Amino acid sequence: MAYALQQLINGVTLGMIYGLIAVGYTMVYGIIGMINFAHGDVFMVGSFLSLIALLGLSALGITSVPLALALTLLFAAGLAALYGWTVERVAYRPLRGSFRLAPLISAIGMSITLQNFVQVSQGARVKPIEAIIPGGIRLIDTGDFAVQLSWMQIAIVVITLTILGLFTWLVTKTPLGRTMRACEQDLKMASLLGIDTDRTISLTFVIGAALAAVAGFMFLLYYGVIDFYIGFIAGVKAFTAAVLGGIGSLPGAVIGGLLIGLIETFWSAYFSVEYKDVAAFSILIVVLIFMPTGLLGRAEVEKV
Amino acid sequence: MTALRDAFLSAIVALGLFGPLVGLVTANGEHGLALTARPVATAVIVGLVFFGRLLMLSWRGRTPRATNRALAERITRAGKYLTPVLLVAAFALPFTGSRYYIDLGTLVLTYIMLGWGLNIVVGLAGLLDLGYVAFYAVGAYSYAILATTFGLGFWTCLPLAGILAALWGVLLGFPVLRLRGDYLAIVTLAFGEIIRIVLINWVSLTNGPNGITGIPRPTLFGLAFSMDGGPGTFAGFFNIEPAVIQRIIFLYYVIFGLALLTNWVSLRLRRLPLGRAWEALREDEVACRSLGINVRNTKLTAFGIGALFGGFAGAFFATRQAFVSPESFTFIESATVLAIVVLGGLGSQLGVALAAIVMVGGLEVLRDLLSTLGDQLHSPFFGDIANELPLYRMLIFGLALVVMMVLRPRGLVSGRTPGVALTKPKEIAPELVAQGRG
Repeated sequence: MAYALQQLINGVTLGMIYGLIAVGYTMVYGIIGMINFAHGDVFMVGSFLSLIALLGLSALGITSVPLALALTLLFAAGLAALYGWTVERVAYRPLRGSFRLAPLISAIGMSITLQNFVQVSQGARVKPIEAIIPGGIRLIDTGDFAVQLSWMQIAIVVITLTILGLFTWLVTKTPLGRTMRACEQDLKMASLLGIDTDRTISLTFVIGAALAAVAGFMFLLYYGVIDFYIGFIAGVKAFTAAVLGGIGSLPGAVIGGLLIGLIETFWSAYFSVEYKDVAAFSILIVVLIFMPTGLLGRAEVEKV
Repeated sequence: MTALRDAFLSAIVALGLFGPLVGLVTANGEHGLALTARPVATAVIVGLVFFGRLLMLSWRGRTPRATNRALAERITRAGKYLTPVLLVAAFALPFTGSRYYIDLGTLVLTYIMLGWGLNIVVGLAGLLDLGYVAFYAVGAYSYAILATTFGLGFWTCLPLAGILAALWGVLLGFPVLRLRGDYLAIVTLAFGEIIRIVLINWVSLTNGPNGITGIPRPTLFGLAFSMDGGPGTFAGFFNIEPAVIQRIIFLYYVIFGLALLTNWVSLRLRRLPLGRAWEALREDEVACRSLGINVRNTKLTAFGIGALFGGFAGAFFATRQAFVSPESFTFIESATVLAIVVLGGLGSQLGVALAAIVMVGGLEVLRDLLSTLGDQLHSPFFGDIANELPLYRMLIFGLALVVMMVLRPRGLVSGRTPGVALTKPKEIAPELVAQGRG
């Protein structure tokens, strides 16, 4: 029981990270109907930016943990947003209105580019850092097994929930959110009604990339080690999460992320660590067979 | 003036993008990671972006656009003459006797074959498959395992490997029948990853990450290409000096034959009702269904036949390398093959061949170019760049994919015309119209 509780805690933490990335996928897919293949790599870039910021801050002598966390978050999210904007501007916007496969190939090219760019510029070796927030609370101690809730996990969950809260406010209450929802419903109609769709799409990429960078920072905090290849698997899993929750649905993406995180953790704990990715992907296939629209997605009505 | 301002803004964006990631390197120092500054490299990149943007703006201002269509038409028209020229060139390549060119040709032909195989799934049937490498892997491992455990030869295993891959193709096809477009892409991608993870972790069968070594080479009607020159070998039978190049040339012709087989089969299939059904499916699935085409069987055969050729190519890969490991079957392979098909113009056989030559050949030429350039640059001024240069290959490849797609989103040869199409209206006599036959 204690063991299961521990896995639940770990799974939720991991799920938060996947959920944050999945939101970026689901937003872009909802608006322009393409898989932003480079999104996982923007997450990886965000993770590296956080690493650089943390190292830079410690070199500058800033030791206060909350301040360092906040500055890193701002730095990584801001610059990753710039990456998101550039990727959209360079690789996707010229192909808007082109046939379906062209943006996908362009996105794959962008993903390869980002991966290799980071490999070339930052080196191929893994980058380990020390735990920023050590320690934690011992929840239950049964004698042979103690349930740990580390401060790090609390920080991750709190930061994620705050960011998601901000984001929900942005989408539901602000004019920008309204234009985004309008574009999601019907891009052509929105542009007819005077919405600058190009700008809205750009901002969608910017927001998605910033969220992915937050996820990248959390990933760095949680695992304490990153390399240039983390984006691919995390990206595929986050996309799985987005599909699982119903693509196009923002709460669905977070729920999907949590589910994928929980499945992965419990599978690793009770079955085998080697096949945890297989478990996540098999869930994707099973969901798509029995529930092609995901948990919260709307069924697509095709007009002929 | 606007151009200058635009270029200046681009430079600022570039500074934001490359400033931290290029300018500050995280290197392992004595006390864990530490940052090292690289101001010169950053300045060079930002400067390049500035002048590059300036050049691009002035260039775009002058040349008229819309030359794309003319180029596509010219390539399509040249195709009639290009095909025999390419065939003769491919046939004659081994006569150059240069091992480098023959090896390169073998590699390119492997990708041409994979491209033609995937073309059946993506180009003809319109099913987006991002996990094609899975079938390549199944073919390669089938041959490797069958040959090393049961001692079967290449020519026995080749059909078996193909059939096994086709079975996997159909197996994957079943659950994804109802999916469309990007959902299909992500499921096939997941499937490719599942196969790779299983190959890594099922050590008792696949020897895990170490891979399988000592895979036998193919024989020519029972004549082996070994170096001892005995009577049972190729050299011994024909009474010539045994040499490695004989095997290389033989392998080249094997993949040449296999690729031609793939091409021939897919060209023939396009003329069958099945091929027509694929093309119809690509254009409109709903219309297909309402016209009574069995969508399920059509999709499954596309997956199966596409996978069959992937399996053949995989078996060839295994026998050529004499070694297989999961590392050869990563997502990047699927992406490369898909990029070949899309760049080739989805459905055009010639386009796929050209795209494979450009991309795979280009990638290999780039590799050599970068390593020679790296040797040239060994001076203190350039520092580490010389050693890192080969790493830039995939970076350039990724950028090239983006650039090619942006410039030519429809591929090199945009031949998406269906196998059957009404070209010009038939003249109909008035009396036929009156009878309702028009």
